[in-house]
Amino acid sequence: MIVPYSHVLILASLLFLMGAACAGARRNLIMILVGVEIMLNAAALALVAGSLRWGALDGQAFVLFIFAVAASEVAVGLALIVYAQRRTGSVRADDYSRLKG
Amino acid sequence: MTLYGLIFYALGGIILAATLLAITSRNVMHAIVYLIVSFFGLAPVFYLLGAPLLALLEIIIYAGAIMVLFIFIVMMLRIEVRPSDVRSWLRQWAPAVGLSGLSAAIMVFLLWQEPAGRQVLPLAMASPQNFGRFVYQRYWFAVEIASFLLFVALVGAYYLGRRDSGSKDLP
Repeated sequence: MIVPYSHVLILASLLFLMGAACAGARRNLIMILVGVEIMLNAAALALVAGSLRWGALDGQAFVLFIFAVAASEVAVGLALIVYAQRRTGSVRADDYSRLKG
Repeated sequence: MTLYGLIFYALGGIILAATLLAITSRNVMHAIVYLIVSFFGLAPVFYLLGAPLLALLEIIIYAGAIMVLFIFIVMMLRIEVRPSDVRSWLRQWAPAVGLSGLSAAIMVFLLWQEPAGRQVLPLAMASPQNFGRFVYQRYWFAVEIASFLLFVALVGAYYLGRRDSGSKDLP
């Protein structure tokens, strides 16, 4: 007996919306990536709770793949940020408003 | 309320507070350290929900590898904190906070009045042995695709991050 299923889902949805607000409001490219990470984590929490609720392991398996996707996304995203910073000298999203760098 | 319930609510409070501090702090390094606290809080929640292997992977991959990568990049780039006036700050945050607050209210309301969600979760544990066997029996192809994705990410990160040593073919 732990907690009702809806409480875990409420925690996951609040976490997801915090990540969405972070990705939408912050102007720093690194903080936008951080917001995406928070959203992926919230999705993982919801999947684990659903896996326990229905007694099936599929949810946990998908969390494993979410981890793989998050790791590769961060690697490529941070490499892109470093590359863009080397070219333009800025990590603010507002400074990338031209198509031709 | 059982002891596990108390632990869950305490961890939930820690996670929400740390994430809120992370997304609002002006210094990127502080934000990342708060985020590490949040991920460390999420790992015992995974354990409580019956996923010990995922709890360990959360600490090793998320709080360990990914956040260390973030810290490396922040130290490498020397990000300056620009002071911003209240007007532009409000213009950034007001739509995001308004929209996500509205959807949070709707989601919490829907989840709260849904009778199917009141079912209390059972106390169960998927041992890492069973979990690994399940993944390799049912999702072996997805495991292959995930490994291929990680390889492509490795090559892509190397290609984007290399120094241009006089070569002209850099895009």
